[in-house]
Amino acid sequence: MSQHIPVDPDVDLHVPAQRREWSRHRFVLPVIAIGGMLGASARYAAAEAWPMATDELPWTTLAVNALGCLLIGVLMVFVVDLGGAHPLLRPFLGVGVLGGFTTFSTYTVETHGLIQAGRPGLALGYWAGTLVVALVAVSVGVLGTRTALRAGGRDRRSDR
Amino acid sequence: MTGLLWVCLGAALGAPGRYLVDRAVQARHDSVMPWGTMLVNVVGSFALGVLTGLSTSHEVPDAVSLTLGMGLCGALTTYSTFGYEMFRLLEDGARRSAVLNAGISLVAGVGFAALGYALGVAL
Repeated sequence: MSQHIPVDPDVDLHVPAQRREWSRHRFVLPVIAIGGMLGASARYAAAEAWPMATDELPWTTLAVNALGCLLIGVLMVFVVDLGGAHPLLRPFLGVGVLGGFTTFSTYTVETHGLIQAGRPGLALGYWAGTLVVALVAVSVGVLGTRTALRAGGRDRRSDR
Repeated sequence: MTGLLWVCLGAALGAPGRYLVDRAVQARHDSVMPWGTMLVNVVGSFALGVLTGLSTSHEVPDAVSLTLGMGLCGALTTYSTFGYEMFRLLEDGARRSAVLNAGISLVAGVGFAALGYALGVAL
């Protein structure tokens, strides 16, 4: 395969265009910062709208992370499979908005909080369950978008 | 409303921070394993753990917890990137790397969150 398909959607230095984007586009960092602010603001709004007690399943974080995983799957098909996207699209939406929207630190601290609250079973379920939900969400995002593009005849890499 | 500004301030540092750390780690360590993402996720878990532990014994101002916790740690760490990496590793048939990535991230993430929390409580 001639083109390396990125594993890390934030930045994958195996992809020549991403290795160069740092020096080529001086707006990369500001664009990521703006995206991050938008994503984190949305997460903050969700946390304010649906506050969770420390001894119950953190549905809000789970939903935020699941939605972010679904959307990164959709985004990366447009960036990688379809190609031709604006070079700042992935930094803005993927690194910034979705990276700022989803969170790993809240997830781990909440897991620890459930253990502290005397809910080890729930902690284990949340800990492992989020990973499963995230994987399913990314898969649905990627495979669903590929299928939709193929049906619309827009997939340039229909051999995949 | 001011709460949103604190979150934005933290996120404006956290998201570019993740990108820069990720680039720096990859430039020094060429590997299939996404070590950069793992590093920011574990470090962010530790930092949020410290902040959470601190708030049990100290009066942490909203401005601090929103900037450093919700904004900085929240945007520095990511589940979308981690989830996509897991999908790609499995898609490429790199099952060992996928299991290793998930195992280390989840165990070290909660472990360092607990460690940070204990430190925060003790401070």
